[in-house]
Amino acid sequence: MASAFDYAPAPESRSVVDIAPSYGLFIDGEFVEAADGKVFKTVSPSTEEVLSEIAQAGEADVDRAVAAARRAFAKWSALPGSERAKYLFRIARIIQERSRELAVLETLDNGKPIKETRDADLPLVAAHFFYYAGWADKLEHAGFGSAPKPLGVAGQVIPWNFPLLMLAWKIAPALATGNTVVLKPAETTPLSALFFADVCRQAGLPKGVVNILPGYGDTGAALVAHPDVNKVAFTGSTAVGKEIARTVAGTRKKLTLELGGKGANIVFDDAPIDQAVEGIVNGIFFNQGQVCCAGSRLLVQESIQDELLDSLKRRLSTLRLGDPLDKNTDIGAINSAEQLSRITSLVEKGTAEGAEPWSPECELPSSGYWFAPTLFTNVTQAHTIARDEIFGPVLSVLTFRTPDEAVAKANNTQYGLSAGVWSEKGSRILAVAGKLRAGVVWSNTFNKFDPTSPFGGYKESGFGREGGRHGLEAYLDV
Amino acid sequence: MSEKSEQQRLSVLKTYKLYVGGKFPRSESGRVYEVSDSKGKWLANAPQSSRKDARDAVVAARKAVGGWAGATAYNRGQVLYRVAEMLEGRRAQFVHEVADAEGLSKSRAAEQVEATIDRWVWYAGWTDKIAQVVGGGNPVAGPYFNLSSPEPTGVVVVLAPQESSFLGLVSVVAPVIATGNTAVVVASERSPLPALSLGEVLATSDVPGGVVNVLSGRTAEIATPLASHQDVNAIDLAGADEVLAKELEIAAADNLKRVLRPQPVDDWAATPGIDRMTAFLETKTVWHPTGSLGASGSSY
Repeated sequence: MASAFDYAPAPESRSVVDIAPSYGLFIDGEFVEAADGKVFKTVSPSTEEVLSEIAQAGEADVDRAVAAARRAFAKWSALPGSERAKYLFRIARIIQERSRELAVLETLDNGKPIKETRDADLPLVAAHFFYYAGWADKLEHAGFGSAPKPLGVAGQVIPWNFPLLMLAWKIAPALATGNTVVLKPAETTPLSALFFADVCRQAGLPKGVVNILPGYGDTGAALVAHPDVNKVAFTGSTAVGKEIARTVAGTRKKLTLELGGKGANIVFDDAPIDQAVEGIVNGIFFNQGQVCCAGSRLLVQESIQDELLDSLKRRLSTLRLGDPLDKNTDIGAINSAEQLSRITSLVEKGTAEGAEPWSPECELPSSGYWFAPTLFTNVTQAHTIARDEIFGPVLSVLTFRTPDEAVAKANNTQYGLSAGVWSEKGSRILAVAGKLRAGVVWSNTFNKFDPTSPFGGYKESGFGREGGRHGLEAYLDV
Repeated sequence: MSEKSEQQRLSVLKTYKLYVGGKFPRSESGRVYEVSDSKGKWLANAPQSSRKDARDAVVAARKAVGGWAGATAYNRGQVLYRVAEMLEGRRAQFVHEVADAEGLSKSRAAEQVEATIDRWVWYAGWTDKIAQVVGGGNPVAGPYFNLSSPEPTGVVVVLAPQESSFLGLVSVVAPVIATGNTAVVVASERSPLPALSLGEVLATSDVPGGVVNVLSGRTAEIATPLASHQDVNAIDLAGADEVLAKELEIAAADNLKRVLRPQPVDDWAATPGIDRMTAFLETKTVWHPTGSLGASGSSY
């Protein structure tokens, strides 16, 4: 759809962030080179510009970092909770102060729009540290007994879709409960974790309490398998999650997994259509659809299918795709060439299997990794695009006639992370929400997060919860 | 009278059977194995369940999930309490069986059975409280209302402890069903008789068929297909030794079953915490906007 008039570019300035040409591993409070000297490059997905060269942690580095975390554990866990709390409050405050810098950095390294890093990621990151800071000196009131104990060294592996937010989800509760951590950020988005190391330095956090080891999957595997790690936390794909579960089998390591999803967004015929359309867009196109709890399956009641799809297509035509640093951008770049090819191949499969793709007119930039927002109609439950997690801006539309059918279709998946229900009828919302096998159900809204609210999946979307009082359990000996 | 005492009365022995889907089948394999008391005296032939029996039990347990998880917590509490009433009535039988199974004196066995009945009552009282203890409202920063509530995981396989044939058994089965899960229970391999008799109690206490299914036989043989079964949601490895537990945990990773590893239990009689209930609960967080009515009249 031709727009009435164009927007002038409104780029956020890059000058607020100073990216060094190279970074080391962060072990025991120092930036150090990898033992074997290996490095890798991290690029900006929107331009393919090399941002920095990063040390790549190997097994020897995992050993060093775990040893540093182990040494730091005795003092850190013995610290009065009120003192640990103050460190976390300091970190939260510094994140707020450096929020713009970190938002720009995250947008550069991840490819997501500045609108989202500025208004969603960073405020939530700070909020998580604030929330768990307050728990540090109140653990005996959390419902896990009168003297809950930390586990020890936590090995944490996080994904590239929300690099700093996933770091916050992992590190804040770990430190609040008295554990020390070794965290491996994803190979395509290591920068914000390394900047976080600097936040820890500014906060005066004792050496060794937080260690950051950029690297690939093998670095994560070595960390998970390390015999001196007491707790493993992973967010990522279901396949890797299963592998990790096998690795820790037979050990005493405590494990929590936040894995994939294929969220159903159910729209009933009495739903407020305009709001539902906003919720659908937010559910699948937020963060280019690279969200584990994305509402990637739209289940719409047959009687309103045409009206809803017309509205939805009209809305998609107004989405602006392009420079993630532009403040008017809605859809940024796909995180990596690898992810782009995965999305592309699944979409090709969808077409080959007989579903009908539709995208708004959309000009893709000539460099970088881009995928136009896409919706598929004529999708059946047997289609690959209705079953496999695509992790991109691709929505599959299915229909239903009765609430029971909606529930059956929504639950017809190996996953169980999120779901949405749209209806003006409260009893229907509650009845359907009660029957959905999903860890988070958003009624008349979607993709809302808050540090006070437990988040996590049923079935093959993993186990354990992050956020809220429930999130403490993963890091306590209970 | 005098005639009878001269001639010792021959007692009527019980044929022990499995308890699956509310019925008492023999093992489809036709196999039994010899169960003896602590001194080696023959007590009974117990069914030796096969992989097929294990799969049948999962089908029965799956069928029962909807009704049991969907029952009100109050109703589940009533049903569980009814089981305790039935157990009390069969106290003497269980004292006898536990004494034989574990080589205990009558009085020690009686203590075990009393503790077991009390344990069952304890869990009966939990059904309508656990949601308040582990769930609740979350103070989100925005115009939203959200509630986190526990929900049952689904079908839970329970490998009952090998040593404590009755108190240990009930200590691992009751928490699973109190929270709305259904259970496939693998009885203690050496001492399965109290577990099989528990099935008879459950059958007469308003517990819907399929909510608890009891299998006897070789623990490793039955547990292996259950741990890799794609329609099982969770497994309690209490009755597995270290080697078997590791093997089963690896198999369980295939569909990311919730796994409760063997926990060291010094004393089954000690008051349990809520861990055995929470191990088989999911947390669901439901959000809804609370914003004021918009211009359109919508409460979105």
